Parts: sequence; structure tokens; C-alpha cells
Amino acid sequence: MAVQTAETATNPTVDLGPAAALSCRECGHRVPLGPVFACEECFGPLEIAYDFSGYDTEELRKRIESGPANIWRYAPLLPVPSDVADKPNINPGWTKLVKADNLARELGVTGGLYVKDDSGNPTHSFKDRVVAQALEAARAFGFTTLSCSSTGNLAGAVGAAAARAGFRSCVFIPHDLEQGKVVMAAVYGGELIGIEGNYDDVNRFCSELIGDPAGEGWGFVNVNLRPYYAEGSKTLAYEICEQLGWRLPDQLVVPIASGSQLTKIDKGLRELIGLGLVEDRPYRIFGAQAEGCSPVSVAYKAGHDVVRPQKPNTIAKSLAIGNPADGPYVLDIARRTGGAVEDVTDEQVVDAIKLLARTEGIFAETAGGVTVGVTKKLIDSGLLDPSLTTVVLNTGDGLKTLDAVAGTGLTATIRPNLDSFREAGLAS
Amino acid sequence: MSVSVRIPTILRTYTGGRSEVTAEGATLGEVIADLEKNHTGISARVLDDQGALRRFVNVYVNDDDVRFEQGLQTATPDGAGISIIPAVAGG
Repeated sequence: MAVQTAETATNPTVDLGPAAALSCRECGHRVPLGPVFACEECFGPLEIAYDFSGYDTEELRKRIESGPANIWRYAPLLPVPSDVADKPNINPGWTKLVKADNLARELGVTGGLYVKDDSGNPTHSFKDRVVAQALEAARAFGFTTLSCSSTGNLAGAVGAAAARAGFRSCVFIPHDLEQGKVVMAAVYGGELIGIEGNYDDVNRFCSELIGDPAGEGWGFVNVNLRPYYAEGSKTLAYEICEQLGWRLPDQLVVPIASGSQLTKIDKGLRELIGLGLVEDRPYRIFGAQAEGCSPVSVAYKAGHDVVRPQKPNTIAKSLAIGNPADGPYVLDIARRTGGAVEDVTDEQVVDAIKLLARTEGIFAETAGGVTVGVTKKLIDSGLLDPSLTTVVLNTGDGLKTLDAVAGTGLTATIRPNLDSFREAGLAS
Repeated sequence: MSVSVRIPTILRTYTGGRSEVTAEGATLGEVIADLEKNHTGISARVLDDQGALRRFVNVYVNDDDVRFEQGLQTATPDGAGISIIPAVAGG
């Protein structure tokens, strides 16, 4: 087998900005940029290798700060062409970093608590960030059909991005997904296919489809476009630091489904340090799971460096990946940074959704309940230091998972007169 | 025991481009050994230096993930369908 060097492992016909090649995270084998996701040597995940040489720190900072109020302000650090902002895309990102003083008081956090609220994206979850990247890769590789396996949020993001870009979309979801997510995916007019099985079954089906002539020419955002797609999560790290005044947070609490988002946030933080855009100082990354799908948390607590798959059973369906591909990397990062991985019960998830809504006016989907719930648990157990600056991620809108808080309702029903109002004990 | 094995794209250089091949063996370990006899090089891609399944390889016997079964000792009954799939994720 020919030895591939960095020089031979490039594809000069593809313009994806600073992206230079694909590199295996396991063995370092490099291949040219293309719609491939697994290393031909060891099956390890391929990720983007960049050429950031020639960037001047202060010029780069100014370029970012004068860029659009979306993820394309970071185009010099992403696998996208330099004119990406001019192409039809959903332009996500630059979501609010909410200083959560009320929640901080409830939880006893004194060092500053922030919620990165990604429910503000075009289809109301962080998935718009990754899909926007995958769409640019699909364009670069000549695909005209956008597809994915999804737990719901991704389906909507792919449908919307394909509609905007004039692509066909065909999306696969578990057949028993929350009705709200089904509607939010179907409304964009693409094909939406329910698979009789859980997310891992859907994922497996898509992996087989991709190797079959039936799926030829399709860009599966989280399969054959995955190396590009995954980079979108780096923008969460970039935005958090820029919104903190080009400063690293001390602690981050990040949800874990496949584990990709957490690993890319770490990658983004390290890139900012390497480029001199933030000061090089320690940060801790904490991973959050629901107890009913906690393979990474279980492995972390057991001291393992591999993850044993589970059959998911939790209301946090957007995190219900029983066989998380990036799980081993999450374990590495949590241990390397001095973080941890923790899980909470479905009941604690619901309580946390209500807590965040009650204290900050942010209605999170179940994944946001998981991160807030885990933050509380980590503080109670002493693993998370309340005297340090902490950022908690909310990755989606509570309107997507109304079923989770279905018991929440009227305080009282009264007749339309003042006596009735007083009788109900509502007068000030 | 004759089984059919679905081959992922990145291993088709070893099977002459074929996406499905037949192999013999009563367990997954035996099937992989038989694949190696006829498609030299495939075993080293699927198994690590210790002879265990690489961590980014998923193998299914008749729709069951072998990590939930007996790994390489998982029985492969006559006529079984085996899929070798690179691990991917992202919800």
C-alpha cells in the first residue's frame, strides 16, 4: 500500500478554505478531502486537518469581529470557501450567551453562570450549525440530495437547509419520535421516512445505504459528510469565548449524544489558544447524559477508556444514542481537562427544565434539562467549582419536547369576576 | 456454516469491489478468519493487534450488534447475514 504524505493527501479541486486534508484520529493516516468518514487503515474517524499558517492574530480577530452575525464570521477557521456568506444557507449561530444570575443564585454559583442558548438558531437547535457546514461540503462534492439519520433535531435542520439551497432532502428517523419534532421536520417539504427501530438502528441503516447503489450521490450529513458536519460544533466554542470578551470559560457543561459536540468544542478552544485569540489557561469540560442512556457516564465512573453500548430508554431522545462513536474521546477530554461525566434521571431532567424556565425565562428541550440537571448534581457533589465561570449549553428549544413537561398547566380556573379572583388567593 | 457478509466501501479493495461475499464459520471469529483466507488483508482492518474487534468497527449478525452478544464468539448460524459497518453517529 502506498504511503500517503501530507503533500499527496490533498485535493486541489475542492475549495474548502483552510481545510487541507482528512486525518484519522486513531492512526493519523491522511487522505484527500472527499465524502469519506472512516479510515481505510483502521476504521477510525476522519477529521479535518487545517492549514492555519499565515494568520496574524490581531488581523484575524478584527476579521472575525467585523464578520456577519452568524457562524460565517469564523469562516477562516472552518472547512468552507471564503465566499460562504454569499451562498444560500441557513446562516445559524451567534446565539445568545445569557448571564444566568437567577439560576446562579438557586444553584449557589458565585463565579458567573452563563447559558449558551442555541434554541435561537433557525430551526431551534444547535444542529443548524453542523448542517450548514455539511451543506457547503455537499456543494463542494457535487451532491444534490441531502440526507441524514436523526433523533429529530437534525431532521428539521437538514430539511430547512435543503429547502434554502434547492437540494432534495430525504431524512430517516425512528418511527416513534416526538410528534413536535416530526412536524418540524416534515414541514420543509422533503421526504421524511420513519424506521421501525431506535436511533442506532436508523444510523446503521443509513451506513448500509451509503455503500449501496440505492444511496449513490447522496450527501448524508452525519455519515459521509460527517468530518465537515462535525466541525460546526467548534463554532459554539468560538462564540462563547468571543462573547466572554475573548476569554476561556473555566468550566463548560456539554450534553453527550454521540460525543461529537463535546470533542469539537474542545478542539475549538484549543484552536483559539493555538492562534493566540485567547489566553492559554486551564478549562474543564463536563459531559452530561440522561441516566436512561448513559454509556459514557457509566464508563467514566468505572474508570474505563472504552464505552459499552446501551439500549436507550429516556425522555431525552435527542441524546439517546446508545453506541456513541466519540465516547472514548469524551472520556479522554473529561479526564485531561479535570472535568467529569455525570447523568441525571428523567425526573431530574424535567425538574431542571422547569428550573431554567422559572429562573431565566429559557424553555429548554430535554437535552437542556440534562445539562442544567447535571450542573446542579455536579455542584452538589463538589465536582464543579461554583466559584468559577461556568457555561451551560442549552442545545434546543423546549417547544420540540412539550411531552416532557405535559403535566405543567393551569394554576387555577376562575369565573371572570374579581370575587372569584380573590377567592382563588391571587390578589396582590 | 455458510454466511453472507456485507462489506463496507472501505474494505471493498480486498473483495474486488464486491459489496457482499460468502464465508464459512460457526462463530464470528471463524468467519473473519475465513474472510482473511480469501480476501487477504481484511482481518487486519477489522481486528486490532490483540485480535479484538477495533473500537470503531460495528458488526451485526442477523441485525444484532455483536457487542451485545458474545463478540467474536457470537454464533453465526447457517444462512446468517453479517454486516461490517464503520461506527458513525450524530443525532
